[in-house]
Amino acid sequence: MGKIATAGNDGADVRSDCQVTLELTSSGGIEIDLTSKVEALYGAAIRKECEEILSYFGICNCHLVMKDSGALSYVIQARLEAAIKQVIDTDKNYLPPMLDTNNYITEKERYRRSRLYLPGNTPKLAINAGLHSPDGIILDLEDSVAPAKKYETRFLVRNTLRAVDFYGAERMVRINQIPKGLEDLEYVIPHNVHVLLVPKCEDAEQIEVLEEVIGELKEKYHVKHDIWLMPIIESALGVINAYSIAKSSPYIVALAIGLEDYTADLGTQRTNEGTETFFARCQLVNAAKAAGIQAIDSVFSDVSDMEALAENVKRSKQLGFDGMGCIHPRQIGVIHENYAPEEAEIERAKMIVNAYILAEEQGLGVVALGSKMIDPPVVKRAQRTIDIALKTGRIDANWRDKFLKEV
Amino acid sequence: MAAELVKNFVGRLVPTEVNGKKEVPYLGNGKYRPEGHRYGPPIVCGEDYPADGNKVVPSLKEALQAAGLRDGMVVSTHHHLRNGDLVANEIFRIASEMGIKDLVWFPSASFPCHAEIIKYMEDGTVHHIEGSMNGPLGKYCSEGNMRGTAILRSHGGRYQAIEDGEVIIDIAVIAAPTSDPFGNCNGVNGPSACGGLGFALPDSLYAHKSIVVTDNLVPFPCIPMQLLGNYIDYVVVVDKIGVPEEIVSGTLQITKSPDRLLLAELTAHFCDAAGLIYDGFCFQAGAGGTSLAISNFFHQLLKKRGWKARWAIGGSTEYSVKMLAEGQLEYLLDGQTFDLSAIKSMRDNINHPDISVFHIYDYHSKGFNSTMIDVMVLGATEVDVNFNGNVVSHSDGYLLHGIGGWQNCLFSKCTILPIPLFRNRMPVILDEVTTLVGPGSMVDVIVTERGIAINPLRKDLIEKTKNSGLPFKTILQLQAEAEAICGKPAKPELDEDIVAVIKWVDGTLIDSVRKVKTK
Repeated sequence: MGKIATAGNDGADVRSDCQVTLELTSSGGIEIDLTSKVEALYGAAIRKECEEILSYFGICNCHLVMKDSGALSYVIQARLEAAIKQVIDTDKNYLPPMLDTNNYITEKERYRRSRLYLPGNTPKLAINAGLHSPDGIILDLEDSVAPAKKYETRFLVRNTLRAVDFYGAERMVRINQIPKGLEDLEYVIPHNVHVLLVPKCEDAEQIEVLEEVIGELKEKYHVKHDIWLMPIIESALGVINAYSIAKSSPYIVALAIGLEDYTADLGTQRTNEGTETFFARCQLVNAAKAAGIQAIDSVFSDVSDMEALAENVKRSKQLGFDGMGCIHPRQIGVIHENYAPEEAEIERAKMIVNAYILAEEQGLGVVALGSKMIDPPVVKRAQRTIDIALKTGRIDANWRDKFLKEV
Repeated sequence: MAAELVKNFVGRLVPTEVNGKKEVPYLGNGKYRPEGHRYGPPIVCGEDYPADGNKVVPSLKEALQAAGLRDGMVVSTHHHLRNGDLVANEIFRIASEMGIKDLVWFPSASFPCHAEIIKYMEDGTVHHIEGSMNGPLGKYCSEGNMRGTAILRSHGGRYQAIEDGEVIIDIAVIAAPTSDPFGNCNGVNGPSACGGLGFALPDSLYAHKSIVVTDNLVPFPCIPMQLLGNYIDYVVVVDKIGVPEEIVSGTLQITKSPDRLLLAELTAHFCDAAGLIYDGFCFQAGAGGTSLAISNFFHQLLKKRGWKARWAIGGSTEYSVKMLAEGQLEYLLDGQTFDLSAIKSMRDNINHPDISVFHIYDYHSKGFNSTMIDVMVLGATEVDVNFNGNVVSHSDGYLLHGIGGWQNCLFSKCTILPIPLFRNRMPVILDEVTTLVGPGSMVDVIVTERGIAINPLRKDLIEKTKNSGLPFKTILQLQAEAEAICGKPAKPELDEDIVAVIKWVDGTLIDSVRKVKTK
């Protein structure tokens, strides 16, 4: 009897996924036992796809049982590859084509108001995620994935990065805690990941280790673009070390805070008022701003209460946070609306951006507002404010004409 | 099937004869014009009925016997009690016990609770069904197990078929939540309350014999008299006509699915951009989660602008009732009542009357209100690149739903189908729909989460919305986008045998449904 391996999910609530059980046999060729909810339309295509993948890995004799609940090609490929790699040793990877629309990169100063968490091993949530226009989408390899599913999830996350259209959202992956998370990197670095979220980050050394491995992989896979880092602070020690973490690498774009683990670490519980996390939030905002990066707030877990979410976002913005995580697409709109810049911020941003444009036109190296010099990061932030104001319909595309008339 | 097949106006092959009766292929809208007079039931004499007005007989069996139930008759029922109906199964259980054969069941719709009827088709009691083919019945029919050919009609088409005499109802059995001994009845009171009883109106008018079955008998008069006892022969009192929690939903809710909410939002934005929403407009309020979300967007928009909708057709629910109560809707004309607050509103609010298919959908009525509706939001299991729509079968060929009022609603001023581009890998826009239920010329807009396609025939809508910033695409672009994600679907393999036919609203045949190949 040959080895047997299983990957994927099956069950009453499972959709757009499949479960494969692969057994190597010594003779009899490839035997595929498929039950599919889309048999009439895709049964033949699925069998053909499985045969191609098995043949790519040089498997000629096996018994494959597949229970399919409407998995897209890239999911089937990930599931089968994860099973195959448990029964044979191989260096080969079966990669779905990278979508043209996924070949963009992001800037350090980009706005990051909302970033939508997707459990890395639940394919049905991924395909439409970008349509809800979050600023970022996080494919999660960490807490939302059961330990026994970590291995197969890497293949699915890799294929998702390639085959699912992110519709312009920043492409993020939350890896596992360092050092375990270092094993995740090979599956994401070559596939145009923009930001790595580093969970339970407690000190600057973790970032140094991470950067080293990223550097090696970038070289190995000829990755040219910057890969940004967003450490998540989730412990008392992490909060104390927040500033040194924030300063540990030029690729760090933001510090995020994870309050569930933090409150557990304190031995207390999270409340809506948030008194118990007030210090940590302020500390994190302060550390991030001191380091010239963004501060990102924890998720709000009651997905049905939009009013409480809006209140939460307003408080968060007031504390100095630039954005927060979300766990349901419905939260995105509320988050965007409530992090939106206020009138005074927009007016100030208009002045700064206008001064910048004037300086450019006059070939000046320095941007000044009245007698005050404006630093480049301030200009970038002002541009971001204008972008958001444009995107949310607060100002028109020709705002500058009006602005110049009024001045 | 021995009958000859002809190609109809939309290119579909349909039989010239079904269950031994001649049929006309769909000729295009307004082309088929029957002549003569409406069908009339036999004349009766009031003297033959009890002078004290008490038509109560001891049991349903005795009522059916008194009505002369015998082999080959057409027996009709109605779907007011939805999936909680206990009456239809009981009729055929009794008929089976009596050894009656070859009945035709003519329901206004069937539900999964009617799966028991399969047993009575197996033992020969029921020959075939003319009505919607839902769930288990659809599967049974699709796999070629029914002796006769199923005939699917729209709500309006059912009314038309009764008026034409195309279907002659021998016995109508009307489950009524409240009745008096004379047979005046309503659906707004009693333990099995369901709202209006409009679907039973033509049966009460045209059937040779009509039986009211109730579990809440009140002394004469039963007020309101939604149906008149003057058309009723017998009244039967039973313990229970329905299962309340399956009749009305306590929990009809606006969808929580982010993808459906996105569809609803896009649809509402489109309606606004196209100028379809104005002070005094009218719309049809559906009861599905996406429809509720769209109505809710309308409600908020009207509120914001201080506008009112003059009237809406329900599908009434807590949400449309709220719109009525808060003053953003003046009249709610109720064809079907979906939850308890809607039943209460119908009972208490004079601006929330019950109406029937005759008002809004019937092809032989002197004008039908669905043509007057500004915005009609409907669903579909599939559409094709020519905007044709399918609501009865799935892409694997199985019949799973009825037509409902769908065909009738296509006559509105603007028909919009908000549908996901694919469901669980199954693309919704095909080269050709599996079953053509509505011609593409009547479908104006298809809204998907990845873009909106306006029917090229609607140049006015294209013009009005061109600067709206909405994501417009051609239907071919949308189809290509779905296929890039899902792959090109194969066509399901179907048998030659025809297991069901689809009627158009005028009684002609618009398509045939083939038997599914089973392993």
